[in-house]
Amino acid sequence: MSRFLLNRLLGMVVVLFGVCLFTFVIFFVLSPDPAVQICGKNCTPEAIDQIRENLGLDQPFWTQFWTFISGLFVGRTYGTGPNAIDCAAPCLGYSFQTSQPVTDMIMQRLPVSATIAIGAALLWLLSGVAGGLISAVREGRFADRFIAGLTLTGMSIPNYVLALSLQFVLVVTLGWLPFPQAVSFGNDPLQWFLNFLMPWIVLAIGAAAVYTRLTRANVIESLQENYVRTARAKGLSPGLVWRRHALRPALTPIVTIFGMDFANLLGGALITETVFGLNGVGKLAADSITKNDQPVIMAVTLLAAFLVVVGAMVVDLLYTAIDPRVRVGSAK
Amino acid sequence: MTFTSTDLEVEGAAGGETVGEPAPASPPAQGRHLVHAFLRDRVAVACGVYILLVVLMALAAPLLVKISGYGPLEFDQSAVDPNLGGLPIGWGGGMGAEHWFGVEPGNGRDIFARIVYGARVSMTIALAATVLTSVLGVVFGLIAGYFGGRVDMVVSRVMEFLMAFPALIFMIAVLSALPADNRQFLLVVVISFFGWPYLARIVRGQTMSLKEREFVESARASGASSLQIIFKEILPNLASTIIVMTTLAVPGYVGTEAGLSFLGVGVVPPTPSWGQMIASSVPWYAVDPAYFLIPGAFLFMLVLSFTVLGDRVKKIAESGEGRA
Repeated sequence: MSRFLLNRLLGMVVVLFGVCLFTFVIFFVLSPDPAVQICGKNCTPEAIDQIRENLGLDQPFWTQFWTFISGLFVGRTYGTGPNAIDCAAPCLGYSFQTSQPVTDMIMQRLPVSATIAIGAALLWLLSGVAGGLISAVREGRFADRFIAGLTLTGMSIPNYVLALSLQFVLVVTLGWLPFPQAVSFGNDPLQWFLNFLMPWIVLAIGAAAVYTRLTRANVIESLQENYVRTARAKGLSPGLVWRRHALRPALTPIVTIFGMDFANLLGGALITETVFGLNGVGKLAADSITKNDQPVIMAVTLLAAFLVVVGAMVVDLLYTAIDPRVRVGSAK
Repeated sequence: MTFTSTDLEVEGAAGGETVGEPAPASPPAQGRHLVHAFLRDRVAVACGVYILLVVLMALAAPLLVKISGYGPLEFDQSAVDPNLGGLPIGWGGGMGAEHWFGVEPGNGRDIFARIVYGARVSMTIALAATVLTSVLGVVFGLIAGYFGGRVDMVVSRVMEFLMAFPALIFMIAVLSALPADNRQFLLVVVISFFGWPYLARIVRGQTMSLKEREFVESARASGASSLQIIFKEILPNLASTIIVMTTLAVPGYVGTEAGLSFLGVGVVPPTPSWGQMIASSVPWYAVDPAYFLIPGAFLFMLVLSFTVLGDRVKKIAESGEGRA
């Protein structure tokens, strides 16, 4: 087990290093010179050179990459002399457009994103498994067909179209929900719930549809297994057969994709937060794209990759716990 | 969000450390019979007809715009009311005989013309991405599956690496870093770059099991080269898998293009694309809902049609209904 853990951790470090390098190359090679941007209008070539030197942009690629990586662990200082800017570890960069360390900007907005992400994840997990179970129990009947229609719709509707439609119907026309704002839970739990309801639905819809289909297919398949027939023949009560023999194997794959999907949420949050104007990490990334604030885009990209890699690792560990057959060590 | 998960992918992901997908138990259906079985399915035909309409609309865009009378870039200040901040005059965002789908608030550009030209952009990008992804996926999948060993290891590692990326955020990062001159081309490249491993993984798995079959062995014994075996013996047997996977992937590409354009890193204005039209409708959604509803409905129906179609094709191929 410990060897398996060590292997996975090592693999994770390698992938993360690769992601860092890849991201850095993209922004280093392809993007326009940040020094020119910082300098703004009325800029002389000497001033640009000065900025470049201050920021270490005149250094070779590997030196810059190394400075960036070590900044993640021990922090770094931009420029020299009285104008030097300190960026404490973990330093993800410094946004010259807003004059803030990127780490601070992300940390400020993380609570909003986490609220949206966790709520959405709960929503799609519950509705997906419930919908899938109902479909499987009523296979081929009206409820099953109805849910199948809903899942196809949920999979196909772009979440920004859904967001605008919900907002138009529920907020503007009917006035049932408030225009979403990041209300804190402590102040007013009801308002908190009502404000975050639409973002949760919008972010959850696609995944809920996929989970419904997956649960349905898995449950139907596991009900046809021999051990279920045996259990039934033994005279086990139908409820127990369901719980112990049909559901458990059917839900294991859900655990696997749940971890991956949860880690991937940041991408979806980008659109959801932008449409609803909620100030989370996704909105930060979207705004930075418009302003071309590269250190922020790069930091969010790395954060997203980090979440995905960690998510994959957690899934692997969970899977080992649930299903001993996949233990890597025993394969050898 | 934009990569529609398919059951085929999920099977692979669920196994955690599985090596290679199981080959289908029954021999796959062949193309022509697939079409026959498909034509008997009314829902699938309806979806096919809508997709065909969008394609025709895209092809005939200049002609349609000539009939409707307004081009996609023409401003019509007489259709908007400057006293109301540029809201379109009349019901439904200015719908009527003059402007069939109404006009954009502010500058009065004809929405019908922009939908028609937007279909052009969306379909071109989605189809080009599909073709490029399929070629990459099939070629790398075949190579990795057939040759195995070190080649397989390298290709597999690259695929795992690409699939471990948060694709949407990465596409955004790459596109925002690149210069905006040739976005449509870049969109195709970027979407395909992150898309091919999903097909390649399945092609690889099936190739691995196909190459052990007798007909491959007999071809090898009669002196066929590796290339001949790959393209003449193995590839034809993968046809239905490739058709299914590709149809299932198209809605993802349509959605991705629209999503990226919505976020401002896709198609550059004034060239219209459906996603970008919806993005520019956001400030107006409360007062002029038609502005987001029309492109939204077109986009939703297109993705839905491709999704349903992919589903049906998969079912037909799996059930073997179309087999001779």
